[in-house]
Amino acid sequence: MNFKKILPQLLTLVVVILVFGFFSYNAQVNMENRGITFGYGFLSQESSFDVQFSLIKYDGSHSYFRAYLVGLLNTILVSVIGILFATIIGVVVGIARLSSNYLIERTAAIYVEFFRNIPLLLQIFFWYFAALRALPLPEKAEPIFGVFFLTIKGFFVPAFVWNNLDIFIYSVISAIIAIVFVRLYAKKKQENQGIQTPVLSISIGLLIILPLLSFFLGGVDASVEIPVIEQLSKTSFTFKGGLKLPPELISLALALSLYTATFIAECVRAGVQGVSKGQKEAAASIGLTPNQVLKLVVMPQALRIIIPPTTNQYLNLTKNSSLAAAIAYPDLVLVFAGTALMQTGRAIEIVSITMLTYLTLSITISIFMNWYNKKIAIKEK
Amino acid sequence: MNKLNILSPNKNNLYAYLYSGISLFFISILIVFLNSFFSLDLTSFLPGTISYFLPLIIGFIGLHLIRIEYSRIKFLDIINKNINTNKFNALLSLLIIFAFIKSLPPLLSWFIIDANFAGDSKDACSGSGACWAYIKTWFNRFMYGMYPNAEQWRINLSFIALAFLGGVGFFATEKFKKYLTLYYVVVYPVIAFLFIFFFISGGPIFFDFSYGIIAAVISIIIGFFIPSKFKMYYFLIIPITFYILLKYVFFYEELIELGKIQAFEWVETGAWGGLSLTFIVSFFCLIFCFPVGLFLSLGRRSDLPIIKYISIGFIEFWRGVPLITVLFMSSVMFPMFLPEDMFIDKLVRVIIAISLFEAAYVAEVIRGGLQALPRGQYDAAKSLGMGYWKMHIFVILPQALKLVIPGIANTFLALVKDTPLIFVVGLLEIVGMLNLAKTNPEWLGFAMEGYVFASIVFFIICYAMSKYSYNLEQKYKTER
Repeated sequence: MNFKKILPQLLTLVVVILVFGFFSYNAQVNMENRGITFGYGFLSQESSFDVQFSLIKYDGSHSYFRAYLVGLLNTILVSVIGILFATIIGVVVGIARLSSNYLIERTAAIYVEFFRNIPLLLQIFFWYFAALRALPLPEKAEPIFGVFFLTIKGFFVPAFVWNNLDIFIYSVISAIIAIVFVRLYAKKKQENQGIQTPVLSISIGLLIILPLLSFFLGGVDASVEIPVIEQLSKTSFTFKGGLKLPPELISLALALSLYTATFIAECVRAGVQGVSKGQKEAAASIGLTPNQVLKLVVMPQALRIIIPPTTNQYLNLTKNSSLAAAIAYPDLVLVFAGTALMQTGRAIEIVSITMLTYLTLSITISIFMNWYNKKIAIKEK
Repeated sequence: MNKLNILSPNKNNLYAYLYSGISLFFISILIVFLNSFFSLDLTSFLPGTISYFLPLIIGFIGLHLIRIEYSRIKFLDIINKNINTNKFNALLSLLIIFAFIKSLPPLLSWFIIDANFAGDSKDACSGSGACWAYIKTWFNRFMYGMYPNAEQWRINLSFIALAFLGGVGFFATEKFKKYLTLYYVVVYPVIAFLFIFFFISGGPIFFDFSYGIIAAVISIIIGFFIPSKFKMYYFLIIPITFYILLKYVFFYEELIELGKIQAFEWVETGAWGGLSLTFIVSFFCLIFCFPVGLFLSLGRRSDLPIIKYISIGFIEFWRGVPLITVLFMSSVMFPMFLPEDMFIDKLVRVIIAISLFEAAYVAEVIRGGLQALPRGQYDAAKSLGMGYWKMHIFVILPQALKLVIPGIANTFLALVKDTPLIFVVGLLEIVGMLNLAKTNPEWLGFAMEGYVFASIVFFIICYAMSKYSYNLEQKYKTER
């Protein structure tokens, strides 16, 4: 073995071990001094704090682990909403950036330049403390389409009241599985016989028919509950019934999606511009219709460029959702690394769990992306 | 005269179409303009819905009439090519023009016409517009945080001096150009640190770091007389020896006495804030994250397995967690990892945390540049007999870094935009100061003005940075 190769490695290893050793020794000493023992047993203790907004049933009598789950679900909720809207806005703006219409292109460019050059935290504050505070009080709110109420206390929307919700969910899942099989079948058929199957219309049909069947045969039943104004005291009003989206959630989702959309728009633009003109002309010259050119030639190649950076943006959005702590939206960081940490004082355990959660999330996605990139990479000879 | 076919305008009756189309188009704009600026409704005699959509319909017909290809009238061709290619585009163009006209009056009235500029209390702001007096009154706080008013000249002076020293590169003559890298990477950061430590913070004149500088200067001077063969070992050993000698042998007793001498009043970092803190944090993070990221990227591509996997683990760890948890870690978890008598200032902790976090992103960007270089470059450098460091310093990195200028600029921009997050540890830069000012009982209800002000400030900074990076990219672009 080469001495020149071993020495630097050994040195690095020693330094890393020394640093870790130093830290863990101090941690041990410090914890002994404060009389804390390291361990994750506290997770099953009663949490005795309340959370403003929760997707699952939760109150102070539940455990810290349950609080962790509440935070995690809230993080996932706001990320999913943000990703959905960011994608829609991003794709529209990205295509608008490619428009031949000068006004549209400029408007989209101004939007992108403006929203991505302002810190996300500032945008969240802007929506939460300035823009949404200008909304009316519940008693003065004008209904939108008669059923939606946008007030300073949140956005009140009609809620569905379900009977046998689980059967409905199963039907949707089975529809999705069926669609996957139809796609596989269609691909095989095209490879073997060169016949195209209308996958899209079949998929949409499946997605509508199977859940519909569950209504008629599975005993699923849904009714709509409309929010109604209710007087709490002389001056305080609120809405009863329906679903309440708290202003924290709205402003966070709004800021996240408007901010991330600018980056997605740039990805989309780069992707479509990345497909060379020759490809389109070649496709047109072998007689494909413009629709087919878009579907079979341009989109597959553009998506190959678009998807990796866009997934990165989704990941960024999920991580950025931790800024929720600044406006008291009860996400993972606020509930767990904030309130639970203050109560238990277990800094090392709680911060490590929080970090590990985010780390697992992003490493899973990046492993999946590496696999996907390898799969779609152009195989060159 | 040919027959006019309204459905398909053509060149035969060019002027008839042109005049009627343009007049219709301008009528539609006039209606919207009068409506939004003077709230005059010209079409009020019509039923509500029709009156609402009338400008759109008129404008649409007008644009339809002037949609004539190759009219040979220059401005008409430009309009048709840019905003009026087909029906859909025409409709969108009209909508954008109308939305612009509609949104102008409320914006103008909020920003300027109804806004209050004078005054120094809440009572001065009575209009419906913005209260710029609020910004004016709090301006000092937004710029300098809780830094004492009488001492603020220290911040100004330091920033002006540092900006001047930073601009040295533009005036350097050919002779000194080759030292510029050394200047910017080593000398300038040290000068900046000294300015901030002595001037802004008001630290003691003699402290550990002073010995470090003395040791470095002495060893560099002696270093000129050392044969180049031993230079590397010399610089690895001697400066540290000097430092230890100076601190523990020669000046050990004096340190305590000298450490009390201060040129300026001490201002603790908790009082720093506002935009100046944004600058300080971003500046030092920029300086630290770049070299760390550079070494990480080299480490990740190294052949040595231990270094490679440590680098990968380090990079993926920082990239996988949100910055806010890193700051949480630095504020609540990190003190647990230190000996009880050891205390690191929270500003320093924050700067280290953000630097390490952004270094991981810089590393990935630089790795992209390293991967983009053709193998031939490595082979050619090796065949000239260059070692690892020589090859990277003179052949690989200059090319790779040039390629990744946009990526690095984006990371730096992200860094500047991340600085407001330091509110987690209780440091209040401009956004944090805004939130503090917002809760002042004498100034309730001016959140909007504050956030608009900060948005404009950040927009100017970030936009200037991105334009500068674009220029840099163009300047160093070479044909490949």
